[in-house]
Amino acid sequence: MRNLILGLALTSIFVAAALISFLWTPFDVTKLDIPNKLQAPGGAHLFGTDQFGRDIFSMIMVGARTSIAVAIVAVGIGMVIGVPLGLAAAARRNSWLDEFIMRGNDLIFAFPSLVIAIMITAVYGASAFNAIVAIGIFNIPVFARVSRSAALSLWQRDYILSARVAGKGAVRISAEHILPNITNLLIVQGTIQFSLGILAEAALSYVGLGAQPPLPSWGRMLAESQTLVSLAPHLALFPGFAIVLTVLGLNLAGDGLRDLLDPKLRVART
Amino acid sequence: MLRFTLLRLRSLILALIVASLVIFAMIELVPGDPASFMLGINAREDTINALREELGLNQPMIQRYFSWITGMLTGDFGTSYTYRTPVAEIVVERLWVSLPLALYALTLTILIAFPAGIWAASRRGSLTDLSVMGATQLGIAVPNFWFAMLAVLIFAITWRIFPSGGFPGWDEGFWTAMHALTLPAVALALPQASILTRIMRSSLLDTLSEDYIRTARAKGLTRGQALRRHALRNALIPVLTIIGLQFSFLLAGAIIIENVFFLPGLGRLVFQAISQRDLIMVESVVMLLVFAVIVVNFLVELTYGLVDPQLRRAR
Repeated sequence: MRNLILGLALTSIFVAAALISFLWTPFDVTKLDIPNKLQAPGGAHLFGTDQFGRDIFSMIMVGARTSIAVAIVAVGIGMVIGVPLGLAAAARRNSWLDEFIMRGNDLIFAFPSLVIAIMITAVYGASAFNAIVAIGIFNIPVFARVSRSAALSLWQRDYILSARVAGKGAVRISAEHILPNITNLLIVQGTIQFSLGILAEAALSYVGLGAQPPLPSWGRMLAESQTLVSLAPHLALFPGFAIVLTVLGLNLAGDGLRDLLDPKLRVART
Repeated sequence: MLRFTLLRLRSLILALIVASLVIFAMIELVPGDPASFMLGINAREDTINALREELGLNQPMIQRYFSWITGMLTGDFGTSYTYRTPVAEIVVERLWVSLPLALYALTLTILIAFPAGIWAASRRGSLTDLSVMGATQLGIAVPNFWFAMLAVLIFAITWRIFPSGGFPGWDEGFWTAMHALTLPAVALALPQASILTRIMRSSLLDTLSEDYIRTARAKGLTRGQALRRHALRNALIPVLTIIGLQFSFLLAGAIIIENVFFLPGLGRLVFQAISQRDLIMVESVVMLLVFAVIVVNFLVELTYGLVDPQLRRAR
């Protein structure tokens, strides 16, 4: 429970920052203010300013938007495509369809995701959209696998049998009886993939293949700070802390949720 | 076991074929065609045509795919467009940085994770256990390139114990080279060590609750003795699988860390090739990395099948 509360608290800080940034930020992140460049944290600029005089605090708020949006949509892609595939594979267990879906999954799993993501964004142009696609593709097999294995055990249950006796087809059973019962699992997995997505987005932006300027992103803030890090360490510290705290929050929330939803694990994991 | 091996081998070959098709297709589908992509928008028509000819783009796609594949199988990875040297030569040279780096990082991962995981499991629920688990949570959440930047700031710029980047080459002596690879290896190892520590701990906890451990304790073994003599060996099976997967991950994952430290490895090669639009190089190096990852995963599964007969049957 403690993990869950701490994790949700951390995550909500950044989600709130992202949402508030749509309406208000302390300073305009697109406006350059060269006379006030590289100011140390404190004073009018809580987290200091960067080499162009932009307010780091405001950039982190707007950067949260990018990170969270990319990761959420990537998780969404994984769920929307992966879950139906997993459910279909479970409903037609051991058929050619199941075999086909699961082999395809193994294949995507075998790909070094970062290398392929870099290749996709490099060849098709660096943008937040391509980053989302590149990260999202690798979420598909994760959700397919989780939903298939959970659905397989549900198909053995008596209430599914009675639904079949009542004449419901596989699609209806999957949608009406299986899906609601695996939602918990999907939420937990979603949280984990969400945190991995934040890390992946940061890595892609760091090498210049994520969201493009002027849209601030945490990864690119780190990349830009690299040459100035000895001069102004705060440039590297704050975006890094933002990534770590968001990912930590999501991981803690994921662990907490799993423990909460599965009492058996609560005993085993402590 | 033979059936299991053959089945796995079939998926290995299938995976490699599909992987090569995907990579080939991604390059084929670049906006415009590969030749005009490589030369940029200001290229003259006849230059583009000359490159098209050189790349064999005027041949049918299927023929190009097969000559690429047969080339790779015989060790001919094509000629880099920017370096004007065979890709295979450059790759071999770069492997001398990437491979030792991955092995170094893997060694560090094991050296950190084994003691930490065993320690945490043997003192389950204690303050030690809690701190180890807390540290691993943090280790997983820290992006390795950020950790690398901070490490450079502290150990290279402030304290000057390690170089901030670059690689002197193995000719300068083993220790000088290893010294240059230390910070990158630590940065690569940190998240992997955190993952492995957690797996080591939970795997040990699983085996410690088995009946044969209770029997061993009943025979008079101390908790520590039972752990060392009986639990550890059985707990290692899942741990070894993860180590195998981590190796391929470290090889491919070094791609970003090599950029932070300006190491002339495969990862940096991919980035240079991308920025120079050297598609021949990108295609071949990415295929090579994918090949390495798929083959390592295959070997891991084989070993797993070797030690766990149940898995063999399940397949």
